[in-house]
Amino acid sequence: MTDVASLWSYLATSPLIWLTTTILAYLVADGVARQLGNPPWANPVLLSVLLIAPVLWLTQTDYTTYFEGAQFVHFLLGPATVALALPLWDNRDTIRTSVAPIVLALLTGSIVAAGSAIILARAFGLPMEVLLSLAPKSTTAPVALGISEAIGGIPALTAVLVIMTGIIGAVTVTPLMNLLRITDWRARGFAVGVAAHGIGTARAFQVNPLAGAYAGIAMALNALLTSLIVPLLVRWLV
Amino acid sequence: MLHTLGLLLGCQLLGEVTARGFGLPMPGPVLGLALLVLILATMPTLAERLRPTTTVILANLSFLFVPAGVGVIGNFEVLSADGIALLAILTLSTVLSMLAAVGTFIGVRHATERWAP
Repeated sequence: MTDVASLWSYLATSPLIWLTTTILAYLVADGVARQLGNPPWANPVLLSVLLIAPVLWLTQTDYTTYFEGAQFVHFLLGPATVALALPLWDNRDTIRTSVAPIVLALLTGSIVAAGSAIILARAFGLPMEVLLSLAPKSTTAPVALGISEAIGGIPALTAVLVIMTGIIGAVTVTPLMNLLRITDWRARGFAVGVAAHGIGTARAFQVNPLAGAYAGIAMALNALLTSLIVPLLVRWLV
Repeated sequence: MLHTLGLLLGCQLLGEVTARGFGLPMPGPVLGLALLVLILATMPTLAERLRPTTTVILANLSFLFVPAGVGVIGNFEVLSADGIALLAILTLSTVLSMLAAVGTFIGVRHATERWAP
């Protein structure tokens, strides 16, 4: 029987315990959300984080140690993005008939996402590097970090803002669209995909498969467009 | 399942190589997504074989964002003094962006349907 301290020192540094913690926290969070009927505020990402954070704090585990275990989950974001090809393929007929709405909604959604962030940051008098870190917030994380670095922002801050944006979009999309009485799942999904990338897309899939497919399209196209327009918007608006 | 994972990873790898090789301003997985759509267009029967695994992955998409979400807590100090202002900006900007996109989508759809023969 080894003593608890040495057993803990072994466990705390192995990926096993933090990978297990991540899965268990998500299963609890997702279970709770399902029990409640997936209300907008019970976002599984947010709930999981709220369950894991106190555990890390109580065990005095730093994020780097946690991520050594959780990185296996994080890595799957890549293949999951590729997997969006299937819902896109399944809905190819409706997509073919809505090319014009897709292209134009992408333009306005992307420009407003980045432009309003820049204008509001100026209105609040935020420092320039914070403003630049904020501009690509609606884009999927790897692209947002690349843009932030290229224009002189702080990538670490951008990473935080991107995740926060995703959760805000996922939480607000359902009440907002219900308030506006919008029943078109394509439009609802597309809007959350443009504004809130993958976390918004995850919410769309939770609600409706067609909304999910359109959110995925929006997220992919937005990654491309944002990297082209943010440098221009910064030049015009700053 | 392994076939599907292999194909997804293969598409991502080709996407990464292409994006980095040509210095394209987009992530490898997004190019990989486009590549898989092309593969499905040439081999439509493949879709049914991919479905079981991709359905599980996409149904649990939120799970994959948990490590990054925990990173927000770990990096909270970067928000520094501007935390409240940033939260307000993010909320307002995200809502405005969704309004712009949904308004355009519905507006253009109505306009094109009216002109459609």
